[in-house]
Amino acid sequence: MGKLKKKTGAYYLVNTVLTAILFTVLFLLISGRTLNNYWSGVVVLICINVILAVSLNLVTGILGQLVLGHAGFMLVGAYAAANFTRAVVTNGTMSLYVALPIAMVIGGLVAAVFGVVIGIPALRLRGDYLAIITLGFGEIIRVMANASFLQPVTNGAMGLSVKTFSNRTDPGAMFVFAFVVMALVIVISYTFGRSRHGRSVIAIREDEIAAEAMGVNTTYYKLFAFVLAAFIAGVAGALYAHHIGMIDPSKFDFNRSVEILIMVVLGGMGSISGSVISATVLTILPELLRGFSDYRMLLYSIILICVMLFRPSGLLGRYEISLPKLVDKLLHRKEKAAKTGEA
Amino acid sequence: MALLETKDLGIVFGGLKALDDVYLKIEEKEIIGLIGPNGAGKTTVFNLLTGVYTPTKGAIRFMGKSIIGKKPYQINRIGIARTFQNIRLFKAMTVLDNVKVAMQQHRRYNVVSAMFRLPPYWKEERKMTEEARELLKIFDMEDVAEQQASNLPYGQQRKLEILRALAARPKLLLLDEPAAGMNPTETHELMETIRRIREMFGVAILLIEHDMSLVMGVCERIYVLDYGTLIADGTPEEIRSNEKVIKAYLGG
Ligand SMILES: Nc1ncnc2c1ncn2[C@@H]1O[C@H](COP(=O)(O)OP(=O)(O)O)[C@@H](O)[C@H]1O
Ligand SMILES: [Mg+2]
Repeated sequence: MGKLKKKTGAYYLVNTVLTAILFTVLFLLISGRTLNNYWSGVVVLICINVILAVSLNLVTGILGQLVLGHAGFMLVGAYAAANFTRAVVTNGTMSLYVALPIAMVIGGLVAAVFGVVIGIPALRLRGDYLAIITLGFGEIIRVMANASFLQPVTNGAMGLSVKTFSNRTDPGAMFVFAFVVMALVIVISYTFGRSRHGRSVIAIREDEIAAEAMGVNTTYYKLFAFVLAAFIAGVAGALYAHHIGMIDPSKFDFNRSVEILIMVVLGGMGSISGSVISATVLTILPELLRGFSDYRMLLYSIILICVMLFRPSGLLGRYEISLPKLVDKLLHRKEKAAKTGEA
Repeated sequence: MALLETKDLGIVFGGLKALDDVYLKIEEKEIIGLIGPNGAGKTTVFNLLTGVYTPTKGAIRFMGKSIIGKKPYQINRIGIARTFQNIRLFKAMTVLDNVKVAMQQHRRYNVVSAMFRLPPYWKEERKMTEEARELLKIFDMEDVAEQQASNLPYGQQRKLEILRALAARPKLLLLDEPAAGMNPTETHELMETIRRIREMFGVAILLIEHDMSLVMGVCERIYVLDYGTLIADGTPEEIRSNEKVIKAYLGG
């Protein structure tokens, strides 16, 4: 037992150190302008997409329910947050550095409210109703955002300009926020999945009737996983809005929802590290293939079909890549080698 | 006061009376059999007792209180746990986690403790792991604790299902054909296990089973269902010599 705890402690340490190194390297590259504006922006986008994929994985991977309107929650979070910062930063109540974290929470909460409202009817039913209802929600919310009576909040298709950090004086700010949130989201969805709460959600995925019979409040946990995912998508929406500086409803359309879903499916449903890897690759790849941007959705479709044909469980399946374990293995191999060498 | 008592229990499925006038009475720590031909309504009785279906008439009292209208998870927490005729394990989860799902209703910590791994998380999870391993040891399954449930051989899957139900610390355990698909040796072992469970955990057991040697060997009293109605109840000897039962079931 003590040994296990020590090992867990060591794993935490290794993970923290590796994350800190990654953070520092990227931060220096971005704030020192070694990476140009364009690629710094891509790094921030990667963080945001990882957040989105990991959050969707909570529902699609861990709970096992398809969601086709994740971008809808992003949209709601983005507009809520943008309006907040527009108000408080413009009148000088607070700086964006203080306002953005608050705006992210607001964006998350508003998205969570929508999650509850949609989730309660959709999740009471067995089967894939969630997919259809979230699909409808995503489309409705996007059309609504264009509606004239919401113009004061959304500015419709013209787009709403959002407060951003000055790229000239502080190019690293947005990265810091995005990276910290990403790290936090990865950690909590990992720990959530390995707790009594996550275990309940996984049990529902495996067998809803048996889970209910074993004392799991299935309605509550389905809703919880879904609303948590909605909350995180709202936060991601807030980050996204303040990163690109100009939002309009078309940025949160069905294609966006599908993109996020593909990241989860490709990475392996239920695998957080899979989501991280595929979100990273699928953000960089289109940038490298800029010239083929018209064919991006086509490329996605082809990749998806190939995965479905040859590896239906996704890149990693439900497997998690653990860096500390990898390090552990390498060290042990060395130890072993050393021992055999002695003998 | 009986542990469980049903009165005049009945349910209708689309005009078909699947169960009618079912009276059951189970005292604490009793082992009771529920037998009858296929389609007699045995599993339906379990589904009514565990809240999967709501009866169209009658009463169910558990420890003196009505449980009608309660959801399955609430009934589990009150103290009735079950297994399924067709095994329903959490296949992709480990054996240990299967047990923990049922156990964790007694080992609570909030979601913040879970996400940030605060002391309550460590404390309750450690206790749960210990208890779950203890339970697995009783069933000689401690060495498969980390295996995925779907990788277990059939007999062990059946055992795991019983074990998982026990992990919820029920006062009444409902076993739906636990010996189905088992060979005579395994069935005999199961009989011993059922007796042992009652002694160790102090639970009452209601057992649906087709294997007569098992039912007659282990049950103190037996109820016989036929076409949704009770046609007999009594000790194994009484049931064995009951004309109606022989005609409907045993002789058939
Ligand atoms: N959900 C249901 N809807 C309709 N009929 C059902 C349902 N559940 C059970 N029945 C019917 O009730 C009868 C009893 O079934 P069951 O309890 O499974 O029998 P047993 O377990 O004794 O073999 C059968 O005729 C079955 O078809
Ligand atoms: Mg049956």
